[in-house]
Amino acid sequence: MAELSSWNELPLGGTVGPADSPRPLTGGWRTGEVPAADVSRCVNCLLCWIYCPDSAIVLEGETFTGFDLDYCKGCGICAEVCPADAIAMVAE
Amino acid sequence: MSDLQLLTGGEAVAHAMRQVDPDVVPVYPITPQTPIIQTFAKFVADGKARTEIVNVESEHSAMSAAIGAALAGARTMTATSSQGLALMAEVVYIAASMRAPIVMALGNRALSGPINIHCDHSDSMLIRDSGVVQLFAENAQEAYDLTLIAPRLAEHPDVLLPVLVCQDGFTITHSAEPVALLPDEAVPRFVGDYCIPHPVLDVARPTTQGPFAMPDYYFEFRRQQAAAIEAALPAFEEVAAEFALVAGRRYGVVEEYRLDGASTAIVALGSSAGTVKDVVDELRDAGEAVGLLKIVSFRPFPAAAVAHALANVETVTVLDRADSPGGAPPLRAEVAAALYGSGCELRGSVYGLGGRDLHPTDIRAVYAGGNVSHIGLRGASCHA
Repeated sequence: MAELSSWNELPLGGTVGPADSPRPLTGGWRTGEVPAADVSRCVNCLLCWIYCPDSAIVLEGETFTGFDLDYCKGCGICAEVCPADAIAMVAE
Repeated sequence: MSDLQLLTGGEAVAHAMRQVDPDVVPVYPITPQTPIIQTFAKFVADGKARTEIVNVESEHSAMSAAIGAALAGARTMTATSSQGLALMAEVVYIAASMRAPIVMALGNRALSGPINIHCDHSDSMLIRDSGVVQLFAENAQEAYDLTLIAPRLAEHPDVLLPVLVCQDGFTITHSAEPVALLPDEAVPRFVGDYCIPHPVLDVARPTTQGPFAMPDYYFEFRRQQAAAIEAALPAFEEVAAEFALVAGRRYGVVEEYRLDGASTAIVALGSSAGTVKDVVDELRDAGEAVGLLKIVSFRPFPAAAVAHALANVETVTVLDRADSPGGAPPLRAEVAAALYGSGCELRGSVYGLGGRDLHPTDIRAVYAGGNVSHIGLRGASCHA
């Protein structure tokens, strides 16, 4: 941890920029289940991308390609909302 | 040149808002503020301002929306009174902490209870320590002028805080007087473009705003806020000097009225200063050495200017239109701190709660040496 700043060194009102905070990989919070995709069934509706609370759905342009497991916490919302049964939660 | 119109304080402030033409006004109606937003909403409906008025469901939401708009990059104004400010209070603190330069018109009104719609300053004093700037107008003209000064002060790079322009409910908000308006085209030139350091909608520079602060940082953020509001004193003088070039009317953080050689002075906020001035004129004509110190900026409190203005006065009476049950009334406490060690005799009277009138005879009695704890109160007694 860097040295604590003095009051007159702080950003105005506590504004935080992209470089100002550490970026811990929160995927380590998963507790045993991880999403797996059958891309052949995917209709690319992107509901998983809309619902994912951790922005862990990876797109190429506007096409679903998989998951960012550095940030996926294994909540299973993507598998739940997928209308094509293209996502399943599997043991990690 | 100036265009003189017969306007209430509420209408005058609505004209100031029309001329500033803020981007967003989230607002909820409440007496005695309502004429401000009612008049302004008509200007918007008639196409005389391009403002997005957000009709929110409460004052808590009004200030919340105002923070979002102001930090997104939109010049934002709102208005409220009394219970509305009380409901808003939680979010007012956050607006100050997030350094959102929101301008708010306050029609000062007594806080419940008992419920009352008339003027006193208890609503202002409720948010005394929130970190927002509070300017008090004496009349409709000052309410208009301070509303034009306010955006410049709020958005000043050393300040970046909410600024409240306080006008006494009914006494100013609903009383018509001749008001000199600036030409419409002069106002945008004076207020300039809205500019804040980190607009949230600046996608090229993404930011998180309003983060959590633990014991290791909260104290530092509070100190930063204190420095910002202290900077509002010199910033006010700077903006007021520019305003004087445009309007020909010069404001200070205090107004010294016939204090030269005065042995007895009154200190007051708001419309009562006008009544006191009349009595001062009358007594000066009769050869008495009396004067008035009007506080324009209550927050930040101009302690040095107060001490300087009252340096040679023997007896000072502070008139408070708000009480602090169990403690010193707020204005008296500030003046006492500013004058500590000066040797003058300091007195104080609470007056006008819930809209009770302050009469010239009451003020004459103060100048005559009467020392009453509560002016105009039935059963009032003199200080021991």
